[in-house]
Amino acid sequence: MKLTLKIWRQKNASDKGGFVTYPIDGISTDMSFLEMMDVLNEELSAKDEDPVHFDHDCREGICGMCSLYINGHPHGPKQTTTCQLHMRSFSDGDTITIEPWRAAAFPVVKDLVVDRASFDRIIQAGGYVSVNTGGVPDANEIPIPKRIADEAFDSATCIGCGACVAACKNASAMLFTSAKISQLAMLPQGQVERMTRAEKMVAQMDAEGFGACTNTGACEAECPKGISLTNIARMNREYFSASVKSENV
Amino acid sequence: MILDSKSPIGPLAEKWTKHKFNSKLVNPANKRKYEVIVVGTGLAGASAAASLAELGYKVKAFCFQDSPRRAHSIAAQGGINAAKNYQNDGDSVFRLFYDTIKGGDYRSRESNVYRLAEVSVNIIDQCVAQGVPFAREYGGLLANRSFGGAQVSRTFYARGQTGQQLLLGAYSALSRQVANGKVKLYPRTEMMDVVTIDGHARGIVTRNLITGAIETHAAHAVLLCTGGYGNVFFLSTNAMGSNVTAAWRAHKKGAYFANPCYTQIHPTCIPVSGDHQSKLTLMSESLRNDGRVWVPKTVELAQKLRKGEIKPRDIKDEDRDYYLERKYPSFGNLVPRDVASRNAKDVCDEGRGVNETGQAVFLDFRDAINRDSEEAIRARYGNLFDMYQQITGENPYQTPMKIYPAVHYTMGGLWVDYNLSTTVPGLYSLGEANFSDHGANRLGASALMQGLADGYFVIPYTIGDYLAQIGPSPVDANHPEFAKAEKGVKDAIQQLLSIKGSKTVDYFHKKLGHIMWEYCGMARNAEGLTKAKGMIQELRAEFWKDVKVLGANEELNQTLEKASRVADFLELGELMVDDALNRSESCGGHFRLESQTPEGEALRDDENFAYVAAWEFMAENAPETLHKEPLVFENVKLTQRSYK
Repeated sequence: MKLTLKIWRQKNASDKGGFVTYPIDGISTDMSFLEMMDVLNEELSAKDEDPVHFDHDCREGICGMCSLYINGHPHGPKQTTTCQLHMRSFSDGDTITIEPWRAAAFPVVKDLVVDRASFDRIIQAGGYVSVNTGGVPDANEIPIPKRIADEAFDSATCIGCGACVAACKNASAMLFTSAKISQLAMLPQGQVERMTRAEKMVAQMDAEGFGACTNTGACEAECPKGISLTNIARMNREYFSASVKSENV
Repeated sequence: MILDSKSPIGPLAEKWTKHKFNSKLVNPANKRKYEVIVVGTGLAGASAAASLAELGYKVKAFCFQDSPRRAHSIAAQGGINAAKNYQNDGDSVFRLFYDTIKGGDYRSRESNVYRLAEVSVNIIDQCVAQGVPFAREYGGLLANRSFGGAQVSRTFYARGQTGQQLLLGAYSALSRQVANGKVKLYPRTEMMDVVTIDGHARGIVTRNLITGAIETHAAHAVLLCTGGYGNVFFLSTNAMGSNVTAAWRAHKKGAYFANPCYTQIHPTCIPVSGDHQSKLTLMSESLRNDGRVWVPKTVELAQKLRKGEIKPRDIKDEDRDYYLERKYPSFGNLVPRDVASRNAKDVCDEGRGVNETGQAVFLDFRDAINRDSEEAIRARYGNLFDMYQQITGENPYQTPMKIYPAVHYTMGGLWVDYNLSTTVPGLYSLGEANFSDHGANRLGASALMQGLADGYFVIPYTIGDYLAQIGPSPVDANHPEFAKAEKGVKDAIQQLLSIKGSKTVDYFHKKLGHIMWEYCGMARNAEGLTKAKGMIQELRAEFWKDVKVLGANEELNQTLEKASRVADFLELGELMVDDALNRSESCGGHFRLESQTPEGEALRDDENFAYVAAWEFMAENAPETLHKEPLVFENVKLTQRSYK
């Protein structure tokens, strides 16, 4: 395949940045999108041009590191991670536009690489059960109905890539935050800190500069792991109920 | 130096309890005076950092990814073993110990493996308490599945994403300690060297991957939890960033490197599709619970398949060779990984491989779907099937998967004693980065177990003994050794940037990978290994003359990161070959063609090779010195491993 790539190049956080166009040839349909980027970078290096920087690591769709905004969609046209997108999803002669995630809370570091430490800080605000190592009950002393365990798993499957934020016109992190709040709100282990968790994580999310939710649903549509909007509904319920009942306001 | 494993004496089942009692303790008020550095935030690193911080130590945690949650433990699919015996099927701590020793082909240390089996039960409790959503039965209790090399069901799982859920559990515990101010996180930071003062590890040198700043960090102890070195093969199931740099630099500072030639080639990976391939994707071994492995009985049928003249489903049962079920009736498709991989290679070498390249075998779910329904199979493996379809464009519910072995895990690593201490006092190694528990072959679902055992339940006890002995007085960060190590790192980076050669880093990495796969892969012999040694030496010399690293140090420079890692792989590769040459027996994942049984199984030589090979770095480009830790088996009888 022969393609035209329009890629966002930005030297560093303070550089203004802009699109640069690269023609590329000899791309096989079996290649993954990132392998296509590897080919481009080998060609750029051969010409002594700085390779395009992008985040990636596991290349099997689970670490959440890859983060390309392709033709107006986070992770491209399929509901998957960029590393699991294959060139068979494109046609010979296509022009492909590649940008970084765009959000105030995800500042660009270089080219297509952004800083997502804000997600870590949301988890640090309360995305855990406060148990120390050791001294916990036997695992089977906490029976959990299969349906609840499965539903909690569906929320826990979030990979923290940030596609939900990139997809949202408000750059909201509600889907990400709600997935963790939901997982722990559903499980018996999460009950003790249920209210403070919702309050603290939502407060941190706001402090990081993520936008509000207007129920457009773009996050759910683009999420590579199919995290459902019902998580956001549950988070809202958790948050409101916490703000009424909690003593920590 | 005589290698002292520090294994406690006395009955196996009492060793750990006695050892814990005999270890010195740091009083709670003094713990905050100690600083501990943890490098790597996978299962071992995150669990260690969190647990040590909970105890009160001041912890600094480093990872090269943008968040600790992305460490490659996240990609582990199938499950985690624990001797809970929830299934009432005859499991016990001793049985898990025995299976692990046997699975490792009697090349691991009894005391360590027994302890691993012993604490395995605590891991499950801990993870459940954290809110890890393990699979459950309708009654609400935990579900189990079977894994290779075991005849009991002891594997706990969270669909095909067990590693993800366990890592997110450890990451949440770590995040809690970050919020408490007990752990300081350093993401996008790579460890470049260990600083030793008077023979003790006292800190590290790091490179900030965003700014390029080279910094030093002082501490009372350093924990390397930096994973395995499978990427020396270029193509592996490891993440792109997985590397040996931290372990290798520690090795060059005095930490012995043990059994480097023990690599695990995983039998169920998606086959290579072309030269552009950047990594290989694993299909969890759990699939072998329900999938049946086969190739056509004849070369003619295989050729027709490869040409597309017939489809897999056209081949009748009597023309299929379910070779694992045929050769190993009692374990069938669930033989250990090394056995499954070698057999796949054998049938492909016979010309019976099933894809265009002839380097693939079938993993077929037809019978399981007919027996249990497609829905049931989807519930068990849905995400794996989706992943397979995304990568290959084929639907495994309708046509058998194609699989082939790929480099997956490295059993070798930094030599550690019972306390997980390397040969450098104050320098510890946990998880895949050390060599300790899997012998010459790791059983499925044991890596997660080991990483978490080391981090949650071993190091919190053993490090206290060391720290109590050295005392809490602060480490002098202005000691000249820090400046010296920092300068060494800066000089090495400048050297890489100043070569300005003509070939890219990937060119060298791919070439090294080819050499390793060809001569130090699934089957090895003296002739090939000797040849490989020369080829690696030449390649390394060429690298330092002709590699092209663009850009500068003072910026995000992914080429420079890669170059620095590949430079270390080029040295490690030679040591792996040396180790494989030295070990002229076959054992586990290390198969020497010169040493096999009449049936073609791995033939050990217990008289001459029942030892851990621990290598000491002497000088650049000089041969390393071999030290032997004899393996003493008091509780199991060494037998020819048989899965028939």
